[in-house]
Amino acid sequence: MLLDVRDLETHFYGDESVTRALGGISFQVNKGETLGVVGESGCGKSVTALSILRLLPKLTARTVGGEVRFHGRDILALSDREMRQIRGDRIAMIFQEPMTSLNPVYTVGRQIAEAVQIHTKASRSLAMAKAEEMLCLVRIADPQLRVNNYPYEMSGGMRQRAMIAMALACSPELLIADEPTTALDVTIQAQILRLIVDLKERTGTAVMFITHDLGVVAETCQRVIVMYAGRIVEQASVIDLFAHPAHPYTQGLMRSVPDRRRGRQRRLPEIPGIVPSLREPIVGCSFAPRCPFAIDICRDKTPALRDVGSSHAAACWRAEEVMGA
Amino acid sequence: MNGPLLKVQNLTKHYPLGSGLFKKTIPVIRAVEDVSFTVETGETFCIVGESGCGKSTIARLLMRLVEPTGGRVLIDGTDIAGLKKDALRAWRRRMQMVFQDPYSSLNPRLTAGQIITEPVENFECLGRRRHQALAADLLRKVGMSPEMMHRLPSELSGGQRQRLGIARALSLNPSLIIADEAVSALDVSVQAQILNLLLDLQQQMGIAFVFISHDLGVVEHIGHRVAVMYLGRIVELAPCEALFAKPIHPYTEALIAAAPVPDPTRLRLEAPVEGEVPSPVYPPSGCAFHPRCPLAVERCRIEVPPLVPMADGRVVACHVRAPATEISGNPALAGDRSILLAQ
Repeated sequence: MLLDVRDLETHFYGDESVTRALGGISFQVNKGETLGVVGESGCGKSVTALSILRLLPKLTARTVGGEVRFHGRDILALSDREMRQIRGDRIAMIFQEPMTSLNPVYTVGRQIAEAVQIHTKASRSLAMAKAEEMLCLVRIADPQLRVNNYPYEMSGGMRQRAMIAMALACSPELLIADEPTTALDVTIQAQILRLIVDLKERTGTAVMFITHDLGVVAETCQRVIVMYAGRIVEQASVIDLFAHPAHPYTQGLMRSVPDRRRGRQRRLPEIPGIVPSLREPIVGCSFAPRCPFAIDICRDKTPALRDVGSSHAAACWRAEEVMGA
Repeated sequence: MNGPLLKVQNLTKHYPLGSGLFKKTIPVIRAVEDVSFTVETGETFCIVGESGCGKSTIARLLMRLVEPTGGRVLIDGTDIAGLKKDALRAWRRRMQMVFQDPYSSLNPRLTAGQIITEPVENFECLGRRRHQALAADLLRKVGMSPEMMHRLPSELSGGQRQRLGIARALSLNPSLIIADEAVSALDVSVQAQILNLLLDLQQQMGIAFVFISHDLGVVEHIGHRVAVMYLGRIVELAPCEALFAKPIHPYTEALIAAAPVPDPTRLRLEAPVEGEVPSPVYPPSGCAFHPRCPLAVERCRIEVPPLVPMADGRVVACHVRAPATEISGNPALAGDRSILLAQ
């Protein structure tokens, strides 16, 4: 096991309120696997990534509980200096918007070389050679010319390739990718997804793939966790999740995606209502007000994640009935 | 009513780059090149394509928010380019627009009721009582409670804001709504609610939609006919079902193959199409797709392929898959062609 997250709890502090963005989540990432983290806006998927890497804004957010064990060692307890040695070297991250996460005033080659130099003490020329090699690895044409490009001289797809090159430059054991293809056109998205899958197979890097797109999950991930309102509601292999969703939210999410197999021009099954506010404490299951399966117990007691099959877990009192529906 | 509701003929829009006071030739962005299509009453006509293909420029041209470089837009047979101030205002009642971003397209200082009745107030003065009745009626139409009329946009969710955008577009009883990426910024569960609302409204009120989107799944679900655009031109225009069942243009094929499918058991065989969309300032010669096209032949580099009608009622611009000469050589299909072009 590479990463072991236990009861991770993160709060955001506003003027008068506390937002419980993560309400105690636990999951593992194994060596070399791709774990999908899926959910809609505000469900806590990006906060999970930022909490693991300790990149939350210090003034307004704090991880108030839980552990993040990387190779058995709790990285939440490390000093800032020790954390910097892990971040970018053994755990790397790529973000949604490659324009804002690259520095506009340095060449792409220099930025990749900088990451290499910080973590390996390589010489400047060796690091630049490594940068060129990385651009070649992510299949950027003419890497010897492109290392001297500034980010604005590259297209969106190429910038995202450069971001991936930078993230992989130090051969991390875990790559956290937060919506890496959401801002890209669909043909470019297909290229980048293919690239991530290929590189993962070649380098053995584990990937935590955060996305809102079930199609992307189906095509890239082996295991999936589904998040809702700051909690994990379901966890399964990608095959089991799509074949037998055990949480009503997962089921609702899948059915609300247009699908040609269910016919065109038809009304799509809706999930009624809206996501609850995380400012007030939630009593019972957070999905109960929108859930077609909800009964009394759902409104009173919060269901814990429990096994509903081999390596398939759901946080639902009626998971067995949901799976049969 | 005779003839199509909306008829677009050879629409072209070039944006000059810079003023070029001392330059002889100014480079232009060829945003839209020679685009023609029609939209019937009550129909959902979709335009798909990737960024920079010209789909949003078409929306702006249809609303006459920008002036075309060439070509015509006719609504019920009237050319909107010739309309002067009052006539243009009157015509705008018939065509409304819904925007992508429900956060920036609503005035944050107006209440929900004021936002959705504002278009009507532009034309007539509503008394307090009629104003309230209209706002309540519109809110109910888009599935919101009339009590919401006193809320500000900041007090509403993303889905509710997009409902307001739709209610505002409905307020003038338009025959046509142009929806530019209207569900793209929404979460899937909210997107389903809004798509259902659009389907319901079309059934109840017979509204036609020009639905512009990059999401093929959504287009396949709600469209009647769909035009695929690449670098300012329509490359394939077909009934929705036929297009998705059997794409003919290699770009349509690549686009459909690239869309991720929520089915982990499906094996992805074909490699994604290579390369990126070229610059619309210096588009490739001939067929704009030829540098990325696996089927490209010499002719594709030289000649822009014309839109050629196929037997199943679609038109395709491809020298390889829809060669113009063969079709016109076939008397049966040549007859077909004249029918389509006359439309």
